Amino acid sequence: MSENSKDKAPSRRQFLSGAAAVGVGAIGAGAARAAGPDPLITQVQEWAQATGEGVDATPYGLPIQFEKDVVRRNVEWLTADTISSINFTPIHALDGTITPQGCAFERHHSGAIELSKPDYRLMINGLVDTPLVFTYEDLERFPRENRVYFCECAANTGMEWAGAQLNGAQFTHGMIHNMEYSGVPLRTLLEEVGVKPEGKWVYVEGADASSNGRSIPLEKAMDDVLVAFKANGEALRKEHGYPVRLVVPGWEGNMWVKWLRRVEVTAMAIESREETSKYTDTLEDGTSRKWTWVMDAKSVVTSPSPQAPITHGPGPLVITGLAWSGRGSITGVDVSVDGGKNWIPARLAAPGTDKALTRFYLDHNWDGSEMLLQARAKDSTGYVQPSKAQLRDVRGENSIYHNNCIQTWWIKETGEAENVEVS
Amino acid sequence: MSKYRKLLAASVLGACVAVPAYADKFGLGRPALPEEIAAWDLDVAPDGTGLPEGSGDVFTGEEVFAEYCAICHGDFAEGVDNWPKLAGGEGTLADKDPLKTVGSYWPYLSTVWDYVNRSMPFGNAQSLEPDEVYAIVAYILYSNDIVDDEFTLSHENFLDVEMPNAEGFIVDDRNTAEAHFWTSEPCMVDCKESVEITMRAAVLDVTPEEVEAEDAGQNPAAEQASTAVEAGTEETTALDPEMIEHGKNVFKKCKSCHQVGEGAKHRTGPALNGIVGADAGAIEGFKYSKAMKAAAEKGLVWTDEEMAAFLARPKAYMKGTRMSFAGLKKQDDIDAVIVYLKSFGS
Repeated sequence: MSENSKDKAPSRRQFLSGAAAVGVGAIGAGAARAAGPDPLITQVQEWAQATGEGVDATPYGLPIQFEKDVVRRNVEWLTADTISSINFTPIHALDGTITPQGCAFERHHSGAIELSKPDYRLMINGLVDTPLVFTYEDLERFPRENRVYFCECAANTGMEWAGAQLNGAQFTHGMIHNMEYSGVPLRTLLEEVGVKPEGKWVYVEGADASSNGRSIPLEKAMDDVLVAFKANGEALRKEHGYPVRLVVPGWEGNMWVKWLRRVEVTAMAIESREETSKYTDTLEDGTSRKWTWVMDAKSVVTSPSPQAPITHGPGPLVITGLAWSGRGSITGVDVSVDGGKNWIPARLAAPGTDKALTRFYLDHNWDGSEMLLQARAKDSTGYVQPSKAQLRDVRGENSIYHNNCIQTWWIKETGEAENVEVS
Repeated sequence: MSKYRKLLAASVLGACVAVPAYADKFGLGRPALPEEIAAWDLDVAPDGTGLPEGSGDVFTGEEVFAEYCAICHGDFAEGVDNWPKLAGGEGTLADKDPLKTVGSYWPYLSTVWDYVNRSMPFGNAQSLEPDEVYAIVAYILYSNDIVDDEFTLSHENFLDVEMPNAEGFIVDDRNTAEAHFWTSEPCMVDCKESVEITMRAAVLDVTPEEVEAEDAGQNPAAEQASTAVEAGTEETTALDPEMIEHGKNVFKKCKSCHQVGEGAKHRTGPALNGIVGADAGAIEGFKYSKAMKAAAEKGLVWTDEEMAAFLARPKAYMKGTRMSFAGLKKQDDIDAVIVYLKSFGS
């Protein structure tokens, strides 16, 4: 690890460019006094004189060029190949709660496929009165619901079990997105086929080459699971399962089967590869938990963070982040600036809603000294997000999945931030 | 017809109370045919439900495995590069870095059969016959010392195989084992005596660098263009765009191992920019098989004809090639994929 490679680290680079953009920052509290007239104000700028693009220039818009760094990123060493791999949502650069589809993390097991609506079929079979096949058009004729839910990969923060590893909220906590789904309750479709009394589970399966499949207890299937075809108002993106995916609120992302092609009612769990060899959690003594479906309450400060350092001086600082729980809604988030010695209740941007992301803010007056920044979520069941030490006490370090520990960012006097662990 | 009447009745009822509630079924969809269910309902449960008749022995399994699986999983199921190891790891589950394989971790044999049958080989899923799947599974068991080399696995003795870690799992017990996380009112003031930094991510330095945005945030239209006509040399303008498009589609079969185009890297197979017309075995930085190196020494050049013959039946064309691909059956697919490859230089 040379000095050179350190210089290339994102936090450092972004910090420097950020600082340069700000120019002469304000030192100390109070409004800064300008050294001279600002040419951006005193001179007529090109954009204030010439015209911009016409309405026919961009039939479907992408973010403006200045936002080109706000993209999904992957960690090459994590997997053997990008086709069976994952990337990360740039949560450090987003605000609010809704994740735009174009930068919402992707996880595929055999790549993102292109399946058209005319070619789409959904079969429901197994322990049912009448096995049925639905076309996409059929699905659009059932009564629809709109719901906002987070989808978190069970492996989110999985690289951090043994220690602080990846330097950026995008990489430590970016296997998550939060969208508004439009779709049909799975319950409606199961009632249409008629579930036999011996049916206790559904096995859901995708149409891609990985044939990813998971077993879901019938109780959950009849509760809040959605067969969704729109997200954030528009068709699902290819990488999120166009034309139809399953939405399994509060439960691990692997169960949200994309390109959903089949729902089979069964008497028992199928124990597929994704629910035995993967997505099971090995404890310290070598035994493993299975069927750990629900995502525990969790939160993270998204800014400041290693990819989003403080580029201004002391004074007003917006500390913000996200909180969520698979068991219910977020009722509160506490923030610590001293590594968990003392906690301050953060302001929720809106009251927490069921199994969806909640945005929190702490409007802080930064004195310019070092901070050990943490957030701690509380949910409607009374669960309080544990520290990494508390989690390791129960689970050891080999779980891979379901790491919902409190995250620490070390904010330095320069405003730079680093992923650290604290005592 | 009866279904239609039911729906109609339901809507009338709904209209009466001014709520779009349906008392009965909607009558949407159509009954699934037995052949359709048979084609899609392939999953196999731990009790053997769904397992087709058939059998395969370890010896055959070794051959089939070498043909279809070894390129990623290794000749002895030991795993190549970052691809999954399927054997070994016995007794490591309580270690710091447990090695989880079929032998050391997987609780049910049905899972192995089901996964190989439905999801493998990577890039050519659902192409194996039941007997081949039985043979591959038998070989994986053998690689894990669970059966001996004389073993034949069939639907009849399937449930007799004992998986070493069958008893290694418990159902999610977080509600009890972690009941102390439901504290409701956590500490707010003076919760710790002191706080020290005990570990830093920068010391490990494994965070990916942020590549320049030109590479990362491409717009899709530009990406499409670069994979088609504009990308190649001047020569590509003479290539039939329809053939390129067809070839791009065919190339999906190759994509799990090969990359082509701007920024293409070696994967399981070499990057293929400029491959048509190039000397065989000459792409820098790729470890070729002995067979490919030998052919290269004899002066093999990837002319259209040689490439077509190779793609038709790779293993027959070059005995010992690591490319585990059955071959392209249709001549127009072969022609199209060669044109597609040429669009990236030749």
